[in-house]
Amino acid sequence: MPVTAPLDTDGFVISANFLGDVAAFASGEGSVFFAGGPETQTPVHKNGLLCATPSLDGKSLITGGGDGRICKVNADGSVEEIAEQPRKWIDIIAAGPQDSVAYASGRTAWVRLKSGEIKEFQLPRAFSGLTFAPKGMRLAASRYDGVTLFWVNAAGDPQELSWKGAHSLITYSPDGKYLVTSMQENALHGWRLADSQDMRMTGYPGKVKSVSWSAKGKYLATSGAQAAILWPFMGKSGPMGQAPLELGVRGDSMVTTVCCHPKEDMLAIGYQDGMVMAVRFHDNAEVLLRRPGAGPVSALAWDKKGNRLAFGTEEGAAGVITLVD
Amino acid sequence: MSEAAESRIPVTVLTGYLGAGKTTLLNRILSENHGTRYAVIVNEFGEIGIDNDLLVESDEEVYEMNNGCICCTVRGDLIRTVENLMKRKGAFDAIIVETTGVADPAPVAQTFFMDDDVRNAAKLDAVVAVVDARHVQQRLKDTKEAEDQIAFSDVILLNKTDLVSAEELTGVEAAIRKINPYAKIHHTERCQIEIADVLDRGAFELDRILDLDPEFLKKAEHAHDHECGPDCDHDHDHDHHHHHGHAHDHDHPDHECGPDCDHEHDDPHSVKSFAFTAGDLEPKVFFDWINQVTQIQGPNILRMKGILAFKDDPQRYVVQGIHMIVEGNHQRDWRDDEKRESRIVFIGRELDGAALKTAFEACVAE
Repeated sequence: MPVTAPLDTDGFVISANFLGDVAAFASGEGSVFFAGGPETQTPVHKNGLLCATPSLDGKSLITGGGDGRICKVNADGSVEEIAEQPRKWIDIIAAGPQDSVAYASGRTAWVRLKSGEIKEFQLPRAFSGLTFAPKGMRLAASRYDGVTLFWVNAAGDPQELSWKGAHSLITYSPDGKYLVTSMQENALHGWRLADSQDMRMTGYPGKVKSVSWSAKGKYLATSGAQAAILWPFMGKSGPMGQAPLELGVRGDSMVTTVCCHPKEDMLAIGYQDGMVMAVRFHDNAEVLLRRPGAGPVSALAWDKKGNRLAFGTEEGAAGVITLVD
Repeated sequence: MSEAAESRIPVTVLTGYLGAGKTTLLNRILSENHGTRYAVIVNEFGEIGIDNDLLVESDEEVYEMNNGCICCTVRGDLIRTVENLMKRKGAFDAIIVETTGVADPAPVAQTFFMDDDVRNAAKLDAVVAVVDARHVQQRLKDTKEAEDQIAFSDVILLNKTDLVSAEELTGVEAAIRKINPYAKIHHTERCQIEIADVLDRGAFELDRILDLDPEFLKKAEHAHDHECGPDCDHDHDHDHHHHHGHAHDHDHPDHECGPDCDHEHDDPHSVKSFAFTAGDLEPKVFFDWINQVTQIQGPNILRMKGILAFKDDPQRYVVQGIHMIVEGNHQRDWRDDEKRESRIVFIGRELDGAALKTAFEACVAE
């Protein structure tokens, strides 16, 4: 039976992550809250915390805020400012290889390298999402009418992938073969990078705001419907011509957040009404992990072993659910 | 949905040409001690003299929606900024969006209707235009944007009135009234105005369409007087003169423009407004028509508002539209002390008033 250790934050939970064994919850009000560490709360941004992502080594949380600062928050509660763009709202952030961090505001994105050197990238229209390729220093940026791929350290023209419409969230498949974006029109768009083949994934009643790759990149789980929608990416042509899995179907609430288990073919699903369930891929077996309440689920994260799940909601409820002791 | 609707944050959109006084108005709103906390979205920080934590710069990003409709545009930057603001819901009570002088107000307004997330979080309160009394005539000749801004507005500050003569002011107001007879016009110097006249107007709230704007009826009839021209059926005009006892309660410069109207007909203004009244409507016929007319003529319809009486329906039905977006709902029972009738107004370009009138009247129930 799962056991929940609840935690109250003071605002919209932007992200939940495990930094080693410590669960860290970034609150929209500007602080990071901790469960299981030496500190319980540390203030980070003065003017709202807008985005957060774990560093690739999983030891710290990189945050961006309305104060124009980009910070590195460690499990012990220490905070390090790593860059600043005065008067800009930093609302897009991505962690890259070799301790690099990319962030954007408006039509400019910056990559801060480990050395402290900062590289700047411009687009004619606003950046709306950033992610690093799984291999190499390559930065993918979603934008209006497509995606731009920048080489961070090498000269050369960026590569453009075009598809009409506004693309926001962006993610690489773990094998680096596919790039997928969510669109303003309640759809996903994907590209097979080998030949720039387009893929349309449609049928969502709402915008897709949460995506998660399953273990070994077999499925891409997504929010935006009354079930978690999982597109298969095992075959040569990805999800093309295949039906997605629909897991954790509910008639009365939308899925807001998804998070695949790091090892098993299973995922945690967070709903609009605050419920959290774990659902197995092959037989759709469901386990209730949290009852509805305290606003839509806005953040979910498994620990490395997949024994504990951290969650947070838009109204500030958070906690750690232990499945296996 | 109704619960969400109540907690939605009101949004005021400020438009107006460069130099008209938008920033002055914004500074005035922000510096007044009224206990309301504003998040302010500006195109550039410029001269905002106020230290406000929730002042955010946002580059205009107009997105076309992929539904093949050219007027279905939204502002991507606003979608994102509102989403970001919603992560700090407790920090402010209202949002003000200041647009650039050349911005098209339609995508701004449409964002609050077409994007589900924004719509659930925020509600458009009113579009407020600041108009420079001295230069607006020239702007109207030179640009389409100035005309769009006026046509789109619910509230107009006719500013810098101290820089023009009384006669010029009358002419300017007449020019504005020709484009938009329904907006509330305030004469101001240096944007001095009661904040309550600008904020919390509820101009897009279906429930308040009429309650808020008692001039709605009266202006509709004036619009007839000087817009319909030869196409106007005067019986009809006469007909709805009768039940507006309150018309003389207001001073309306609309009267002034009557005699001027004719010789301005070849001016560059292409935006016109039309108002029609009819009896009880057949709902199916009306909805078929309004859907069709907004689909086909949507790009030319800037604003549409209506209060309708449907056959065998004890409740008033209110509709409003921006381009192709139409929304409507039942409002409340018709009161005994009000005339039960259907009224609709259109503000737009290249609209065929006579055809609209005929089609609207064809919706009348047998």
